[in-house]
Amino acid sequence: MIKLLTLLVIVMAVVTIWRLIRVLELVRDLRGDEDAVTDKDNSTHGKLSLWFLFLGFAGMIYFTLDAKKYLLPVSASKHGALTDSFLNMNFALIIVVFFITQFLLFYFAWKYKHKKGHKAYFYPENHKLEFIWTIIPAVVLMGLIVYGLKLWISITAPAPAEAMVIEVYGKQFDWSVRYSGADNKLGHSNFKLITDNNPLGVDVNDASSEDDKTARELHIPVGSVINFKFHSRDVIHSAYFPHLRAQMNCVPGMTTEFTLEPTITTDSMRLITNNPEFDYVLLCNKICGVAHYNMKLKLVIESPEEFKKWYKEQSYVFERAEVKPAAEPALTTDSVITAEATASDIKVIATK
Amino acid sequence: MSTHTNDHAVDSHAGDDHHEHEHHVTFWNKYVFSQDHKMISKQFLVTAIVMAILAMLMSLVFRLQLGWPDQKFPFLESILGKWGADGKLDPNFYLALVTIHGTIMVFFVLTGGLSGTFSNLLIPLQVGARDMASGFLNMLSYWFFFGSCAVMTASLFVEAGPASAGWTIYPPLSALPQAIPGSGLGMTLWLISMVLFIASALLGGINYVVTIINLRTKGMKMTRLPLTIWAFLITAILGILSFPVLFAAALLLLFDRSFGTSFYLSDIFINGAPLAHAGGSPILFQHLFWFLGHPEVYIVLLPALGLASEVIATQSRKPIFGYKAMIGSMLVIAFLSFIVWGHHMFVTGMNPFLGSVFVFTTLLVAIPSAVKVFNYLATLWKANIVLSPAMLFAIGLVSFFISGGLTGIILGDSALDINLHDTYFVVAHFHIVMGSSAIFGMFAGVYHWFPRMYGRMMNKRMGYLHFWLTIVAVYGTFFPMHFVGLAGAPRRYYAYTAYEGFDAAININALISFFAILGGLAQLIFVANFFYSMYRGKKAVQNPWNSNTIEWTAPVEHLHGNWPGAIPEVHRWPYDYGKPGEEQDFIPQTTPFSQTKNSNLPGEG
Repeated sequence: MIKLLTLLVIVMAVVTIWRLIRVLELVRDLRGDEDAVTDKDNSTHGKLSLWFLFLGFAGMIYFTLDAKKYLLPVSASKHGALTDSFLNMNFALIIVVFFITQFLLFYFAWKYKHKKGHKAYFYPENHKLEFIWTIIPAVVLMGLIVYGLKLWISITAPAPAEAMVIEVYGKQFDWSVRYSGADNKLGHSNFKLITDNNPLGVDVNDASSEDDKTARELHIPVGSVINFKFHSRDVIHSAYFPHLRAQMNCVPGMTTEFTLEPTITTDSMRLITNNPEFDYVLLCNKICGVAHYNMKLKLVIESPEEFKKWYKEQSYVFERAEVKPAAEPALTTDSVITAEATASDIKVIATK
Repeated sequence: MSTHTNDHAVDSHAGDDHHEHEHHVTFWNKYVFSQDHKMISKQFLVTAIVMAILAMLMSLVFRLQLGWPDQKFPFLESILGKWGADGKLDPNFYLALVTIHGTIMVFFVLTGGLSGTFSNLLIPLQVGARDMASGFLNMLSYWFFFGSCAVMTASLFVEAGPASAGWTIYPPLSALPQAIPGSGLGMTLWLISMVLFIASALLGGINYVVTIINLRTKGMKMTRLPLTIWAFLITAILGILSFPVLFAAALLLLFDRSFGTSFYLSDIFINGAPLAHAGGSPILFQHLFWFLGHPEVYIVLLPALGLASEVIATQSRKPIFGYKAMIGSMLVIAFLSFIVWGHHMFVTGMNPFLGSVFVFTTLLVAIPSAVKVFNYLATLWKANIVLSPAMLFAIGLVSFFISGGLTGIILGDSALDINLHDTYFVVAHFHIVMGSSAIFGMFAGVYHWFPRMYGRMMNKRMGYLHFWLTIVAVYGTFFPMHFVGLAGAPRRYYAYTAYEGFDAAININALISFFAILGGLAQLIFVANFFYSMYRGKKAVQNPWNSNTIEWTAPVEHLHGNWPGAIPEVHRWPYDYGKPGEEQDFIPQTTPFSQTKNSNLPGEG
């Protein structure tokens, strides 16, 4: 019944549209309407151009002011503060160019609309003018290129030796993290060693894996340089820390890295954003399958003391027979985990 | 060679009686397997419009999901079946929709549709040729294109769903059916479709280049070519140089998928088992893909700019400002487009130094682009602008070219791209600069050359309504989208519920979806106008826009061979609009200088 009714409605709609078209055609013929463009059209659409221009500008400005609240809070990483100010510089420049050129475009459409008997100004070229407007963008862009590349070189500089090495490991559809421990070296891993108990495929025979720890959350101490190593075991993922202005793809078969220095703790950011629930997050930013949109990990930036406390509670990749309670860990300013039990104290149970 | 082919065409036309079997007009050889460039151009256009409607409907479906993620839409179940069960869009099918939407729009609408339609229509008519150099290859080009569209459409009906790894089909996701259901048969069909498409693009491109170089009429020097033809020539060369690389990339992916090779795969553990693939690199695919993919942006954009240049000059009643600079900047853009592909890959772990090189070359593109914009503005300055629907669309194109080009300066900078890569900022950027501006160029072309194609005018009122609604909808959709990106929202997310920080962005998403639906409805006006005018539009006069180019010297009624008598000879460049000393505000290219003594500039005539 419903199908029949739907069909009836469709048929009625088609008939109605057809009749409407006929009426419009008759009106057109009566009025002697032409499809040639008249000066009345030019005047109407010239005016509409101006309206579009000014209402468009007004709408954009209103929206931009209103949308501030949606934007990411201040950068929580050292390099991010620099790229943010560079971004703002870029925005200042392009907003100026945007308003001038769009204004001229739609203003000209109105100002120079066709008038009968009027003739355009025959002006096919002017080499001097063309030279000027080639050189000016060239100079401005050179400035942007030089500034941007300086920034890029400083961001991608090789990690200092004391940087804390942390592995971020992506798989469909979650993240794992592995800390490199006292030796600040990640044990080798191999996708062929992956088992349910060893989801990262860490090589148990590699001495540097003995002090490696894994965790459910990613915690990093504020103010220390972190060297992230990225891995994936299945498809390409992308580790994206929007609040740290950092992103790097995780590619199966190769290691990628990104070095950064967090500057604002989660607690401070909660105050800044005035949101007691605020948490940093690591997102997947490369399409990786059905649950791509749910692939995330909580990131906590905390004081070195809090970090040390939390780190102690985390479990080793491979369980140990005994762990001597270490002396109060002497966290250096660079925050390398030096205070863990030394390798000689450790016996690895899981030898397989 | 050129004269020979030309003469042959003339002869065979004049000698109809002797070759009746060749010219016997049937439904099949007139409308289906036509070798007439004008018919082939219409075939491309209508196919592209159908595909565009399909891809647009897909975008509206996923915009519903993004705008109102908690809402149920029972009608989805009736049209999508299991993919819309219970009125909720399936997350796998969401990914399939964004993938196929992108593929259809980029390849079938803006490459095949745009170049196929207007290169075919305008190259022979504007250079003064009887037809393309090879009518047969031209026909093949369309039928490969049609086959490609058919295979892609068929892939929608595969049980596991069509390809869904994103239109860039990065392996391993696109290589492993274990990773996503769409990488099964759906992906195979996608690759087959793409292979057919590349064959079509190459056949077409070679034909365009040969025709432009060899079949120009007497007097049609390269420096007298309309900018449309220059744009089509450069576009065709870009395609010939870059599409084979995509072909190779697709072929290797097909091998990896079907024959167990390891070009792109290595060290993979999936579904509880390690795979045997070793030694490949997923990044290799990205290099190959973007070696095509970046020139592709200009393959899409240059013809649109060419059409807009022509429309802007004609309707401004004023020569295009800096004709040679316009050609020069297109050539520079085309050259640079081959050495900037790495800017799509700044965060793949690429060597930072290599990244710097790509930053440098990428930002250089802004210089010729800026020159083009300034030249358009200078053309409009002190013009006598006829605001036809085509002209409005051309102005809209320039507006988008500016807006989208400017955000490209940000994305081209690697230091800034780290944060913005793959967010909605990128989506907004390329939908404005590549999607919207190219489609506006296409609309400008359709409104302007419709009388040349169908011998009838399109309804101008509907054209105006279509323009204003569409430009408002485009800015309404894509301007707010930049802010979603600046809020850190990644693209290709089914929902933004996973992270509470995105809650606020939901409001923007609803606004975006509202404008997207408005834009979709506005296109109905165009479709109605197009098909209605085809049959019942007002009959067109021969040169409705008082244009200089020689396609308007051919009779309104189409005939094979384009001109009933000899091909007109060309005496001047195409932009003698509003020349002082002349009564008329245009001087067709066919008018010799000897007839325009009053207006000749020093050195002319």
